Amino acid sequence: MPHIKLPEELPGIRSAMAFRPETAKPLNELVEVLLRGPHSLTPGERELIATYVSYLNDCYYCQMSHGAIAAAHLNDDEELVKRVKADFQHADISNKLKALLVIAGKVQKGGKHVTAEDVEHARNLGATDLEIHDTVLIAAAFCMYNRYVDGLETMQPLDEATYRERGKRVARDGYVMVSKEYLATYAVTR
Amino acid sequence: MPHIALPEGLPGISSGFAFRPEAAKPMRELAHILLHEPNSLAPGERELIATYVSSQNDCYFCQTSHGAAAAAHLGDDEIVKRVKADFQHAAISDKLKALLVIAGKVQKGGKYVTAEDVEHARNLGATDLEIHDTVLIAAAFCMYNRYVDGLGTWQPHDESMYAAMGKHLATEGYRTPSIKTAEVA
Repeated sequence: MPHIKLPEELPGIRSAMAFRPETAKPLNELVEVLLRGPHSLTPGERELIATYVSYLNDCYYCQMSHGAIAAAHLNDDEELVKRVKADFQHADISNKLKALLVIAGKVQKGGKHVTAEDVEHARNLGATDLEIHDTVLIAAAFCMYNRYVDGLETMQPLDEATYRERGKRVARDGYVMVSKEYLATYAVTR
Repeated sequence: MPHIALPEGLPGISSGFAFRPEAAKPMRELAHILLHEPNSLAPGERELIATYVSSQNDCYFCQTSHGAAAAAHLGDDEIVKRVKADFQHAAISDKLKALLVIAGKVQKGGKYVTAEDVEHARNLGATDLEIHDTVLIAAAFCMYNRYVDGLGTWQPHDESMYAAMGKHLATEGYRTPSIKTAEVA
């Protein structure tokens, strides 16, 4: 049961965002910029970083949601998403993305774990400063989103199909647009 | 040395923000709402939560700048040090102590927060909004701290710089930069 009185009809972070729409706005804008804004890393690659960090933080709702969004971006390849979580070094992704996932995993433990060698390795595989920056910030941001979702003990459905369906919508329409719907619905019922 | 080519002369998060203004905008806005906008918890209390979490994450820049903002709000440096070292014996309310317990759990991981922690805070007068914001402030500083340290940003040990930043943050909030290159010694 959630630690505070959250809207019962909404799962995970959406319940918390409906509870506090003022902070929902920048939280949605940040994830939109990081995961969907114009970038040399594809949205699918960035969603894989978000999914991997959420998996390391053991946040069920976030790894399922972002895993589904990643799959929707990547030709519905759910196996790839599972492989990245379990053993990304042997997943069918670029060596550059593997090097960025190493950095993301270090950030998840703590910012100081990232070494000059980790960064140099990513750079040698073609990573730009912007890609390294955004990898660090995506990983850091999911250390926030994951803690927010679990720290309030939000309701997290176990039904994979709901995440899959939702993932397709978010991949198509984006975070800010879908948030407007549920925030508005709840504002009316409140 | 920073891991990437960040603008020189800007300390800590200011350099990350200048490098990536698109992300800086919502990050500033979030901090402004959580720490500065009027709320039933005083800004000084919320800055203490941010400072405590930054100290637990061992982020020098964040704990020193938010510690300075807390001190500017509260007119008291000593209380900031005490909260970081041993908040159970600091001169703060029992409610804030209970919220700091929750913040410390969130810093370790969201699942560490128990129903008993929340019940205890509630019994001492904490509202759902205060509990929500405590969780989100603690979670957000797990982001800001990792961002600042994960990029290897420049974090000068210059007390007067942090004191000036703290005053700016306490009066102006987070929507505008608290520091310009020229101010850094």
